[in-house]
Amino acid sequence: MFVTNMIREPLIFEISGKGKRGFPLPKLDMSVKDDLLKSIPSRKDIDGFPEVSEVEVVRHFTRLSQTNYCIDLGFYPLGSCTMKYNPKINEKLASKKEFLLSHPNAPEKLTQGSLGILKIAEDLLKKITGMDAFTLQPAAGAQGEFVGMLMIRAFLEERGNPRKVVLIPDSAHGTNPSSAHICGYQIQEIKSNEKGAVDVADLAEHMTEDVAALMVTNPNTLGVFETDIKKITDIVHSKGGLVYMDGANMNALIGICKPGDMGVDVIHLNLHKTFSTPHGGGGPGAGPVGVVKELEPHLPLPVIEEKDGILRLNDNRPKSVGRVRSFNGNFLVIVKALAYMLSLGPAGLKEIAEIAVLNSNYLRKSLEMDFDLKYPTPTLHECVFSDKFQKRNGVTNIDIAKRLIDYGLHPPTMSFPLIVQGALMIEPTETETKKEMDRFIDAMKNIAQEAKKNPELLKNAPHVSYVRRLDETSAARNPVLRWRETPSEK
Amino acid sequence: MYPDNFYYTKDHEWVKIDGDKARVGITEFAQKQLGDVVYVELPQSGAQLEFHQSMGVIESVKAVSDIFSPISGEVIEINEELNDSPELVNEDPHDKGWIAEIKVKDKTELEKLMSASEYEKFLEGLEE
Amino acid sequence: MSYISLSEKDKKDMLSRIGISSIQELFRSIPEDLKIEKSLDVPDPLTEPELVRWMDGIARQNSCHEFLSFLGGGAYSHVIPSVVDYLSSRGEFISPYTPYQPEVSQGTLQIIFEFQTLICQLTGMDIANASLYDGASGAAEAVLMANRLKSKPKILVAKSVHPQYREVIQTYTRNLNLTVEEIEFSNRGEVDLENLDEKLDSETSAVVTQSPNFFGIIENLDKISALAHERQALSIVVVAEPVSLGLLEAPGKLGADIVTGEGQSFGLPLSYGGPYLGFMGCCKEFVRQFPGRIAGETKDVDGKRGFVVTLSTREQFIRRERATSNICTNQAWCALRATIFLELLGKQGIKDLAVQNLQKANYALDQVARVDGVKPRFQGVCFNEFVLEFEKPWAEIEGPLLEKGVIGGLSVAEAYPELENCALLCVTESHTKEEIDRLVGLLKEVCS
Repeated sequence: MFVTNMIREPLIFEISGKGKRGFPLPKLDMSVKDDLLKSIPSRKDIDGFPEVSEVEVVRHFTRLSQTNYCIDLGFYPLGSCTMKYNPKINEKLASKKEFLLSHPNAPEKLTQGSLGILKIAEDLLKKITGMDAFTLQPAAGAQGEFVGMLMIRAFLEERGNPRKVVLIPDSAHGTNPSSAHICGYQIQEIKSNEKGAVDVADLAEHMTEDVAALMVTNPNTLGVFETDIKKITDIVHSKGGLVYMDGANMNALIGICKPGDMGVDVIHLNLHKTFSTPHGGGGPGAGPVGVVKELEPHLPLPVIEEKDGILRLNDNRPKSVGRVRSFNGNFLVIVKALAYMLSLGPAGLKEIAEIAVLNSNYLRKSLEMDFDLKYPTPTLHECVFSDKFQKRNGVTNIDIAKRLIDYGLHPPTMSFPLIVQGALMIEPTETETKKEMDRFIDAMKNIAQEAKKNPELLKNAPHVSYVRRLDETSAARNPVLRWRETPSEK
Repeated sequence: MYPDNFYYTKDHEWVKIDGDKARVGITEFAQKQLGDVVYVELPQSGAQLEFHQSMGVIESVKAVSDIFSPISGEVIEINEELNDSPELVNEDPHDKGWIAEIKVKDKTELEKLMSASEYEKFLEGLEE
Repeated sequence: MSYISLSEKDKKDMLSRIGISSIQELFRSIPEDLKIEKSLDVPDPLTEPELVRWMDGIARQNSCHEFLSFLGGGAYSHVIPSVVDYLSSRGEFISPYTPYQPEVSQGTLQIIFEFQTLICQLTGMDIANASLYDGASGAAEAVLMANRLKSKPKILVAKSVHPQYREVIQTYTRNLNLTVEEIEFSNRGEVDLENLDEKLDSETSAVVTQSPNFFGIIENLDKISALAHERQALSIVVVAEPVSLGLLEAPGKLGADIVTGEGQSFGLPLSYGGPYLGFMGCCKEFVRQFPGRIAGETKDVDGKRGFVVTLSTREQFIRRERATSNICTNQAWCALRATIFLELLGKQGIKDLAVQNLQKANYALDQVARVDGVKPRFQGVCFNEFVLEFEKPWAEIEGPLLEKGVIGGLSVAEAYPELENCALLCVTESHTKEEIDRLVGLLKEVCS
């Protein structure tokens, strides 16, 4: 157990009371024109809107924060999420008033600092990945995938035929097929072979001139490096298709090898994974996209360029796929990622991959007798176990996860990738301590024993937590998605 | 466990024939795989279905599964009770958890399907 | 700076357990010809003091914050209470992941539930999600949702919707069977209802309007929604300045079927454009087509109330290519700031904030209207922004204002060629009467 606060905190609406106020504004320094209000459809007071004091707000959020597990507290081995430590200096730098008060619509000569940050970040990402050009516009990995697929489509359309199909391995993250679909493509699945890697023969069979692209994750969601990646990209290129790389697992490759050398045409990165920007409970992130020079004309708007000695935002590019969001990207997130890259330098960036891979293999070796590893293939920065051994006693991966909470640890990623039944995907990242990893190993070994001797303990876990196992079935069958003053309606 | 007078598909649907009407649902195995059913997207009454066409979707908390029509024909009735009580699919998949009734176009299509014993053998094969 | 926490002994022990002698052996699966020989061509590492100096240097090239600014246009300068910064900077809010393990994420989930409720209360909708990327992509998601619901090939978008939002709608719909047609605006700066009536037909899935619109004008949502519904189309209302909802009637009560918008005004600094906060609400009948993560209330095995991510079968990690959206990571921490902001301001505060914006902007408009050489371009009632038409080109106004330390507004001629010599000015509660009077004084000088 880790929770420090067991005070049950109500919803803010439940501690609301008429007349309480958290933040008064200065008095209006001019006379009020009453007729203004009469000419517009105005509302009475907002029903049910909270009325609380500043003290209540501070306590409310402080207490709630203490029911959250977080990286600052302990190990967070979520596979494919790269939950590494979030450097505090980067938070401070992103709070500089020159950045916070910079208006996106301001004349460019007043925001050369912000534009400079974006340009330098693009340049560093080019060097790290070996790609020719970058856009920092996408707000997250999924939006990056969408942008990448749009650019592939635009490139092929320019050559007369956007084609109809996108090939995606069966181990891929759900955002891959989802993003390809919004670009108007049908999905065909490519099988993984007995090593957990892309089945090259299956790919070759599916690769026709009807296929626009292959979306590949490397290393894949099992943590396995696609050793045949050059063969794979050659096959796709030979029929005029392009290769999109999902760069979510870049943490294993940084400083070791470059996607640009693998024949990858488009890649997205997750700044909130590899580049240490905080997850914030579900965002904001950023999903920059790198491309080979042939796709550069299709980059989304705006593109940062230097002209007459100053940096400008160019939104006049006829071949661009267009805008995908307002303004200039998740700027503060990019500031943090840039600060991170500048703090690490060439050796530090390479050390990320080296230690991430060392840590993951240490965990893998320590647990491989206690949990089933579906694929014996060597893995890099993450590995996927399953609940196969524990299922013999009726214990599932979910039960294992919930029992880990009793040990004061965050569970690994569950039930993904889909090709492993009862999956437990573990990614320690390079910032983890040996002591913490040993704590995790001990907990997992204990759980493996408990699964044999006392499965009920796991099936009823967690036992000591702010809330115990929650009824997700009722939540979906009878959804209650907001608070209401009169609880009679849902 | 699996009624003898039903036919079964590889996608775990069952069919019960009554004259020229075919009642369709998913099997005990399927409901167990899915977990607690939270929502059933029923086909439209009057929809014309082809064999193996997707006729609806079953959602559990963590999974989604297409329901493939085991037979061609017109949907003549749907089990509206599933709207308020999707859990019937878990509790009684072969009876109260039925999904739709289809007017059989071509009885010979049933030859493509499995008998109860064939289905049970098929399930054993999956468990390996 | 390295964030590695392993000692030399740790590494040795770990290598020994794995059964190898060097870390390089772990990279054997990467072909040799792919491995980088030299080190990355990036600058040498900076320690914290050096990094601070570096950032200070580049930040000095920004001078926007030193100006008195009247910029709006989808990003608004509002007060941000110190409590918002203080609470949102807690490590327990910054460093956790998406709340997929609800038992250890009740803080995040309860806050999302509160955020959803606040959005529903403000917009008058039944359901809201945990956030989208921003107002523009929210508008695009709303259009895609309407198309899934109605399956008709046409979408009508008012020209008075933010130009960037319209561009993003185009980007998202280009490769699907959807055409987007635009609705003109009248001389009052409002949606031209006749033009809407002409273009609305049985092939239309939805009508998209913004209120207050890009020109700051408050739209007649009642009439627009009624027209849409007559032709079986949905009414999507975009709200780029949600402070207005403290005063204006909720779009849900004016016939909106989907409300989406930009939450930056609720406690997020301008930040050169991001990260911002998309929000969306809809009627409960549409829940299965609703995009984005949603938190729901439930109980645990002991009967205690708790919150979970629910209705996940709409989302990409389950539904994959048939998901209601590809969104995964959203803007949760920004939604947290907005929640703190709204709860701190409360029922009275959000109303006061709206009233002050309305009054100050209209005071400014009145004063400017008396200046020779400039006049309000539209007659509709504005909330906190308005378009001015100058007798000289905007560049001849903007330049001299900048020299006096004032950013006077945003030129609109690039996005609206028919609005030559026009600029959009924004006045919020953050402007004092003195500052507004100073602007008016300067305009008197510059416009004559």
